Amino acid sequence: MVKTFGEFLLFMQGMLFRKERFTVLWQRTLDEAILIGIDSVFIVAIVSAFIGAVTCVQIAYNLVNPLIPKSTIGFMVREMTILELAPTITSIVLAGKVGSSIAGGLGTMRITEQVDALEVMGINSASYLVLPKIVAAMMMFPLLVILAMVLSITGGYLAGTLSGAMSAQEYIEGIRSDFVPYNIAFALIKSVVFAFLVSAISSYKGYFTKGGALEVGAASTAAVTNSIIAILLADYVLAALLL
Amino acid sequence: MIEVHNVQKSFNGNPVLKGITCRFETGKCNLLLGGSGTGKSVLLQCIVGLMKPDLGSITFDGLVFTNNKVDIKQDIRRKIGMLFQGGALFDSMTVYENTEFPLKMLTPDMSREERRDRVEFCLKRVGLENAGTKMPSEISGGMKKRVGIARAIAPNCTYLFCDEPNSGLDPATSIKIDELIHEITHEYGITTVVITHDMNSVVEIGDHIIYLHKGLKLWDGTKEEILNTTVPELKEFIFSSSLVRAAKKVDEETEGGLAAIVEVAPEKDA
Repeated sequence: MVKTFGEFLLFMQGMLFRKERFTVLWQRTLDEAILIGIDSVFIVAIVSAFIGAVTCVQIAYNLVNPLIPKSTIGFMVREMTILELAPTITSIVLAGKVGSSIAGGLGTMRITEQVDALEVMGINSASYLVLPKIVAAMMMFPLLVILAMVLSITGGYLAGTLSGAMSAQEYIEGIRSDFVPYNIAFALIKSVVFAFLVSAISSYKGYFTKGGALEVGAASTAAVTNSIIAILLADYVLAALLL
Repeated sequence: MIEVHNVQKSFNGNPVLKGITCRFETGKCNLLLGGSGTGKSVLLQCIVGLMKPDLGSITFDGLVFTNNKVDIKQDIRRKIGMLFQGGALFDSMTVYENTEFPLKMLTPDMSREERRDRVEFCLKRVGLENAGTKMPSEISGGMKKRVGIARAIAPNCTYLFCDEPNSGLDPATSIKIDELIHEITHEYGITTVVITHDMNSVVEIGDHIIYLHKGLKLWDGTKEEILNTTVPELKEFIFSSSLVRAAKKVDEETEGGLAAIVEVAPEKDA
């Protein structure tokens, strides 16, 4: 465990040491941003809209006390979405989609000697392949989380109003009450940390793949599992530190 | 010239290279010959820097590569072209982009037009001028090797390393790849190192041959000298090769008629 962590730190250091030209890395970062960000919009949209809708319906189902105003449903959907569901669930979904893709891609490059080909050319393969992925993930995860927040709250609105659990006015009143802007900042800080964890852990797992196709699959699985565990641990640590 | 001095490498206490000292001559096709598991690939990986030897030194034209500063190692590496066993082409790039890649990365001062001219020249040189838009998944094994060669020579490499260039190819394609490597070596005066266990390659392109056996260098010399070797392991290796066995069998079955068959065989260029 300690050895693996040490290797991971050395891998991160090697990525930052003797970097390739800025223009090359920037172009690669933009390419990765499309793969990580744009290509994930659909799954993030679907997941967040439904989570918002289900959250709203379930809160409405449980809030049967007539003394509690209906606007509380909107308030709770907003708080849950911003603080936890949007950053954490989106990052877990992305750990599955992006993490496995990163680990699988790098693992395949490793076993087909493409990484060696870069090294023989005198190119720092970690810097060329991994750094753009991490930077792109740290750029795109917050944007996806913002999208998830908007769609989740919208999903809650649609579910709540269409099912007749509350009126549109009550929902909007709820999502506007006692708003703490810092919660948005907190969610975005979490998303950046989660982005780093998912991309770095998945890259590490993929980059050091040894063997054949079976090991590439194993590396992808390990990348997703480890990323999710890291997200949940970091989620707790950040909540304890920043809230 | 590449000089290897007393290179040793072991894995988990199991020695693979047991102090190899040899030199690869400039402007020649240097063949690293040997059976499977004799340490050829490990030696090659040590030479190109993909693996660090436990002991010994490697110099490129007098410049020490092992244990030198990263910048110096980097400068040497940028003079190296390598053809990998499976081609190691970048899956996400076309044949043209694969060939252009080292130029983009290693020669930032080169203009787009200069790069295009160089890529077109290299692809033409390996006979793939019409395959530039194809993806690696759309081309054959032989074509992949050719693209690998084009990519290796694109940045005007000084040293060319080929890891079993004939593996997985049919005999006719193997000969073409061998000839291409040989021609390029002599045309540009580069130091080429080819890993092989194929006697066809020895006969075709072996200017200088180094024979490895169980992690040791047992013999080195020219292709003219190899058939007269007195080293028992090398003799066994040569006479167990399919080329020699087939020739022997044909000669026996036709009662010395091999010479007659060779006489009527088509010329290379026919």
